[in-house]
Amino acid sequence: MNVFEYISDRWSSISLQAWLHTSAVVQCTIIAAVLGVLIGVAVYRSPIGSALATALASTILTIPSFALLGLLIPIFGLGSRPAVIALVLYGLLPIVRNTIVGLGGVDPAISDAAKGIGMSRLGVLSRVELRLAWPAILAGMRVATQMLMGIEVIAAYAKGPGLGGEVFSALSNAGSANDVNQAVTGTVGVIILALILEGIYAIIARLTVSRGVRG
Amino acid sequence: MADRTVTSAEGATSIDGAVSGVEIELEKVTKRYPGTKDPAVNEFSMVVPAGKIVIFVGPSGCGKTTTMRMINRLIEPTSGRITIGGEDALKLNADTLRRKIGYAIQQAGLFPHFTVEQNIAVVPGLLGWDKKRVEARVEEMMDLVGLDPKEFHGRYPRQLSGGQQQRVGVARALAADPPVLLMDEPFGAVDPITRGNLQDELLRLQTELKKTIVFVTHDFDEAVKLGDKIAVLGNQSSILQYDSPDAILANPANDTVAGFVGAGASLKQLTLLRVRDVELKTDVPTAKEDESPAAVREQLVKRGKHFVLVLDSRNRPSRWVHTRELGTAATMATAGRPLGDLVSLQSTLQDALEAMLAEGGGVPVTGPRGEYAGVIELDTVMSTIQKIREEHADDHQEEDQS
Repeated sequence: MNVFEYISDRWSSISLQAWLHTSAVVQCTIIAAVLGVLIGVAVYRSPIGSALATALASTILTIPSFALLGLLIPIFGLGSRPAVIALVLYGLLPIVRNTIVGLGGVDPAISDAAKGIGMSRLGVLSRVELRLAWPAILAGMRVATQMLMGIEVIAAYAKGPGLGGEVFSALSNAGSANDVNQAVTGTVGVIILALILEGIYAIIARLTVSRGVRG
Repeated sequence: MADRTVTSAEGATSIDGAVSGVEIELEKVTKRYPGTKDPAVNEFSMVVPAGKIVIFVGPSGCGKTTTMRMINRLIEPTSGRITIGGEDALKLNADTLRRKIGYAIQQAGLFPHFTVEQNIAVVPGLLGWDKKRVEARVEEMMDLVGLDPKEFHGRYPRQLSGGQQQRVGVARALAADPPVLLMDEPFGAVDPITRGNLQDELLRLQTELKKTIVFVTHDFDEAVKLGDKIAVLGNQSSILQYDSPDAILANPANDTVAGFVGAGASLKQLTLLRVRDVELKTDVPTAKEDESPAAVREQLVKRGKHFVLVLDSRNRPSRWVHTRELGTAATMATAGRPLGDLVSLQSTLQDALEAMLAEGGGVPVTGPRGEYAGVIELDTVMSTIQKIREEHADDHQEEDQS
């Protein structure tokens, strides 16, 4: 059986896993984005807070994903819960860092003008600063998504959903009839999904970044 | 004049000639930053008259910007009172207060992600104007600052030149028709020619709008050009002198002010005075183009004069003719030499002086339609400056004695 026959044979299961994989990554990116932007907004005005938040998020990233899942499984059990938590934690760093950099890069004169003509603090943040930091935040989300696509494969170790199942079963069944087919399906599938999401990000950027600040 | 004030910030478009600004009063306003020994601004008291441009001028770090920013509470005063049009500015909600005060800064501070239209519409939007009214107002503002609404409304700030950005900045500051305008070195970042144009535009706008404007600059020439009154500020925003530009030029209160005024105070004074303000010489012999040269010569000899000014059929000065040229001339229209520079009653004395230096003597002055109004001479300029100095010579006697 070659890889195409393998895929068409199990299309319903593979397409479902592909969908679950993407869905988990996208949802985790969104949760990480909400948390990351909130953290970024909370700390960007204080140099110490910014340094601390970035350092903490970096520390999480240095923990190997296997080890993190190993720590989470005893606490949260098997399934999607430890996977989601691990993915959100890994997704935080690029988003927090880019939010801080993006907000910090807003010309103080523009924030001053916004305040000076009568915008409230919240108005300055939501209508001016976050809008100007948005391209950076979006870039952070893009990096996070790409990273999570790979980590989600490992999450199959905790019996999380996604194409990781194919890869793990290829590893555990090494030498069997379909091991290569499974490994190729899992790996190439993740690459294709990542490219599709990359394309969607480009469209989102085009639609949401003001022409006045587009590079 | 000052009793016809429009205090509403709700966009009552001012009637031509009416003062739409209100008085600002600062009373012992102090700003002290924690951890510093001396206050940044120390007991600053001043009345900014309604409908006038008051310039804060002083070296950098003297506290002039801090003082201005306390008026719209971008910096909260530590102590003191600020009233705007009789209303206590420190008791209002700071955001509400700022929506009633126009604010324009260096490099315009435009929102780069907003179009020109969106930038101008911000404050009316914050005040909750309906969409139609905002649209109409944006168009009106763009016309006012000389930007074609059709061409510019959809552009982003980065697609504009520095001067155009600054115009949008002024339009945004004026959009909600605030009675008071604060300007922090608004023309500091543009080239000298554009800067001059923007200054002229501001003066033109001000004759129409009559806002109360507080303008911060470190450029004394800009202060002289724009200010109804100038406050020269020293350390901790202490007022070294607060007076009209010509009074400060004629008689600086002390050496620090004199140093700030810089060299050439008298020359700067000349930019403040117009030809219409001085007495013109009107006994210069004139002749029409169709008179006969011989007859004109006879007249001149009889009056003991050497030069005659030839006026054309519409009474506009056209040539100077010397008596000895009259003997050979066929007609007055071709005799002598054509005039070089002319000055009008609107010209500044500086322009007049320039023309006199180029012409080597008196220069004919023309009225509104180009008609001959008299001749201005070097002596007139000198005696005018002399007179102003004498008028202001006693200005600081009280202070000197104390």
